[in-house]
Amino acid sequence: MMTVTAARMLWDRAVCFVGIGLPSAAANLARLLKAPDIVLIYESGTIGTRPNVLPLSIGDGELADTATCVVPLPEIFAYWLQAGRVDLGFLGAAQVDRFGNLNSTVIGPYDRPQTRLPGAGGAPEIALHAKQVYVIIKQSPRTFVPSLDFVSSAGFLGGNGERARRGAPGRGPQAIITDYGLMRPDPTTDEFVLVARYEHVTVAAAVAACGWPLRTGAAVEVIAPPTLEELEALRELHARTRAAHAVRVKLPI
Amino acid sequence: MPVATLREAIEEHVHDGDMVALEGFTHLIPFAAGHEIIRQRRRHLHLVRMTPDLLYDQMIGAGCADHLTFSWGGNPGVGSAHRVREAIEKSWPQPLQVHEHSHAGMAAAYVAGASRLPFGLLRGYFGTDLATVNPDIRSVACPYTGEQIATVPPLNPDVTILHAQKADLEGNVLMSGIVGAQKEAALAAKRLVVTVEEIVERLDAPMNSVVLPAWVVSAVACVPGGAWPSYARGYYARDNAFCIAWDEISRDRERFAAWIERYVYGTRNHREFVQALRADGVSL
Repeated sequence: MMTVTAARMLWDRAVCFVGIGLPSAAANLARLLKAPDIVLIYESGTIGTRPNVLPLSIGDGELADTATCVVPLPEIFAYWLQAGRVDLGFLGAAQVDRFGNLNSTVIGPYDRPQTRLPGAGGAPEIALHAKQVYVIIKQSPRTFVPSLDFVSSAGFLGGNGERARRGAPGRGPQAIITDYGLMRPDPTTDEFVLVARYEHVTVAAAVAACGWPLRTGAAVEVIAPPTLEELEALRELHARTRAAHAVRVKLPI
Repeated sequence: MPVATLREAIEEHVHDGDMVALEGFTHLIPFAAGHEIIRQRRRHLHLVRMTPDLLYDQMIGAGCADHLTFSWGGNPGVGSAHRVREAIEKSWPQPLQVHEHSHAGMAAAYVAGASRLPFGLLRGYFGTDLATVNPDIRSVACPYTGEQIATVPPLNPDVTILHAQKADLEGNVLMSGIVGAQKEAALAAKRLVVTVEEIVERLDAPMNSVVLPAWVVSAVACVPGGAWPSYARGYYARDNAFCIAWDEISRDRERFAAWIERYVYGTRNHREFVQALRADGVSL
């Protein structure tokens, strides 16, 4: 449902910088269903890629083989992302706060981590330079926290226009897609509020699954359930992916 | 003629305490060279790599390193790099000092290193805590506009190690596909060791492709399959099934140690490594 919801929010010809996992699944579902000319960029340097199966890693051969072009890493970050050519950055994280700041680095203190996570990777500069950012993350009081253990990527910082005042080129996170519904930032305070929910989810449940006192928009819309077409396309994509990832490799020695 | 065996190349060019960058962004990761470093029991290395994934999981778990400079460390699409995690969280098998960047910052550091500039710069690290925990991340005022721009010190490894598709008999190296920051890491380093899938008489490189001329290459070793379980475009695909299986192997200290013992210490070279895996039923 998260994947389908996120896919619906993408548009044709958007230049989209995509992370692995749910963002990649949603971006490719959108490409297959409704946005054939969406430009997908992965940080491995593959530009305009059209993978037939979802990549397991950010640099699977499938991404290079189906790309318009493949560029070196310093170039993808400098000439393409930093230059402002990306319309939409699509990120996941381990924790998010009410202003859309993200933690993908560590749970607990940095020097004595309770859980050391993989780290920021490309996200800090995607979050800074993409014209806007969507965050896709499962909701629980452990992931939607009042205060991050570590800021890996900036959202609206402390809110109330701080991000814009400090001169960030991109507009920052404009949507958080969760397994309860959709949050959007309040235009004045920058605080994320619940604006839509899935049919089977109550507002009270969404509020309970959030670690900060989640406010709701003027009206909380109901997100239409996935259509048969959406479900079939997603299932086929996952089935193709599973089959491809199970193929054994033959070494030339 | 820089063509050597992998054992000779590592013996000569990788020393205890060196800063060593094994690069390759998902593609062309020099696994066989990393295994040879483990086999030769190098210690106190400062490992540098944008994405310490399975290879550094193995090298750090085997006790080769006490410093790590990186920007993302995990098993891509699968989860944690358990050995890297345990080194950071529990100082096992030994403490690991980390120097953490973002990808863009680390790419800028390699560019500065290759250019022999005093720092790399980028519009980056905005609003993050990375600059708090890594004192190397600083900023400078633009001399034209006054804008504060983030800076990172250059990365100049003692030795960079790469895997590529081909070299010719003179030792010129050609790579294609996803090339990451390999060219920058190569030219930033004092020494450069490259393993290749094959050595050919003539490279016939398309103009403007990534070629490292023999005179910047310290040693080339022919190691077919040397990027496994990553991949070499045109030769073999990424072994995603093994990368998924690694999660279980690496989760447990003893199981990990047994794996290293059997396949790395227990073999003399990459060919024997592959044979041992095949003998145990790994389809390769």
